[in-house]
Amino acid sequence: MTTSVTRHQAPADGRTRRGGAAQAASSRGARRRAARRQQLAAWLFIAPVTIYLVMFYAYPLYRNLDLSFRNYTLRSFITGSADFVGLENYRAVLSDPAFGTALWNTVVFTGVSLLFQYAIGLALAVFFFRKFPLATTLRALFLVPWLLPLLVSASVWAWMLNSDSGVINWFLKSIGLAPIYWLTSPNWSLTAVLITNIWIGIPFNLVVLYSGLQAIPDELYEAAALDGASKWATFWRITFPLLRPVSAITLLLGLVYTLKVFDIIWVMTRGGPGDSSMTLAIWSYRLGFGGGSPHLSPAAAVGNVLIVIAFIFGLLYIRAQRKAMNS
Amino acid sequence: MTRQRRWYTTAIALVITGIMLFPLYWMVNVSLTPRNELRKDPPNLFPIHATFEGYSRVLHEQFPYLGTSLLVGLGTVAITLILAAPAGFALAKLRPMGGSVLNFLLLVAQMIPGIIMAMGFYLIFNNWGMLNTIPGLIIADTTLAVPFAVLIFTAFMIGLPNELIQAARIDGAGHWRTFRSVVLPMSRNSIVTVALFAFLWSWSDFLFASTLNRGGSLQPVTIGIYRYLGNNTQDWNAIMATAVVASVPAAILLVIAQRYVAAGVTAGAVKE
Repeated sequence: MTTSVTRHQAPADGRTRRGGAAQAASSRGARRRAARRQQLAAWLFIAPVTIYLVMFYAYPLYRNLDLSFRNYTLRSFITGSADFVGLENYRAVLSDPAFGTALWNTVVFTGVSLLFQYAIGLALAVFFFRKFPLATTLRALFLVPWLLPLLVSASVWAWMLNSDSGVINWFLKSIGLAPIYWLTSPNWSLTAVLITNIWIGIPFNLVVLYSGLQAIPDELYEAAALDGASKWATFWRITFPLLRPVSAITLLLGLVYTLKVFDIIWVMTRGGPGDSSMTLAIWSYRLGFGGGSPHLSPAAAVGNVLIVIAFIFGLLYIRAQRKAMNS
Repeated sequence: MTRQRRWYTTAIALVITGIMLFPLYWMVNVSLTPRNELRKDPPNLFPIHATFEGYSRVLHEQFPYLGTSLLVGLGTVAITLILAAPAGFALAKLRPMGGSVLNFLLLVAQMIPGIIMAMGFYLIFNNWGMLNTIPGLIIADTTLAVPFAVLIFTAFMIGLPNELIQAARIDGAGHWRTFRSVVLPMSRNSIVTVALFAFLWSWSDFLFASTLNRGGSLQPVTIGIYRYLGNNTQDWNAIMATAVVASVPAAILLVIAQRYVAAGVTAGAVKE
């Protein structure tokens, strides 16, 4: 907020001073009128998107919040009214044994995804940063998994991880290991969706961290080489610390995206078997749209718990971004 | 690095890329495998008995789905550009009061989980009679792209030289003329980036389609694949053939617009 205000005033002040006392009061009035006209024009340009945000962001969010405080039933679809029940849905959701499972799965899914996506993405970024033939082309190919529709990636992995006919179990068998019931065993389902999600997230981490590497001045590496620093020491003493702002943004952005992940898990396991791979997003969808009679109000309550978590980390993201911009 | 060592590095890079892209190869391989060999042990590592029976089913059964996806994608692109480009210009060059508040809201908007938006839209569209309609799905899909688009346009248009805009103003062009005749033609790269991403996100959407368009007569290709998965899990060659076809826009995008894609990925995280 403050930055935009000062930015706004600075050029105006400069111009007044340059104009000096000779400038007539009338031209100052004209300038003020021009500034007001510019404000009006600016808001005409912004008005459509502002109206859009109110109608298609704020209003759905409001309806969702309202829904979570009511008891919305099948009858409500026709009558359009539902009884106000206050915090009852939240009480029911938080005391449901499924809540603990879903929260834990969400934490594990997000944490493990981020850890591996970041570590593998960083290793690949450093690797591709070395100049070698075909580096640019191969790096571009790495983007493909990120661009594919999530539903496509999820179905391909679902078939690859199929217990009886999947290529991964065939590979495990051929190197003498026992096949794993990836999608049908409650002990492995979360791992299966994790592997898929990590695979999808690597390209994003690679590209963003690679652009971070490009911003590190070459002189630092030359100086380190002159001092005889090993590659390992150069990485931990120069690359990694200088990459910190970009790393923070990559991780927090990844976190916000991973909390939202729905398609992959729903297509591969639907959160099952049982609740073994059910995250908060999946639970919310299951309650609202998963078949059977829709429990929209508890679904909205679960969704709002998720949004609170997302916002906390979202604010952290924005703070980290401000810091990175200032440094 | 010596010449030899550089090629050695390339060899390692080829292996890593091969592992990373194996699922894509497997998708194509399975899509070409005859139905009676799908569950063979060991599986065919190469399409030795390649068949197009999966693809012929796609042609017969998935065409309406693909058409719907195309229509919804183009609609999403159009609305996103119309809403976002003027806003980006104003935020970048006209310094509106409250501009930074709007910027903040756009960042926050991108963090809202889709499932929450889907539930809100479900109730609203239920009231408006827009469930199971194409315009309804287009509106919902634009929420995936609009905030990102405004931020991209702002970041890009800040870089346009002020002198150029002032010159247009001195020549007597109003703000709208300046925007249309000077700023837009110079913003081709950002327009392409935004259009590509808006199309791709709308094309890939499954959540909105499966909640807001579950009973409609015109459904997108993601629902088409999902139907296959639910109904006949035996015909994985048809599922994978549909997956291949559904990946075509992503492939085209990468080939014709690779630098825009990389710009789009990093713009959200690093530049602005």
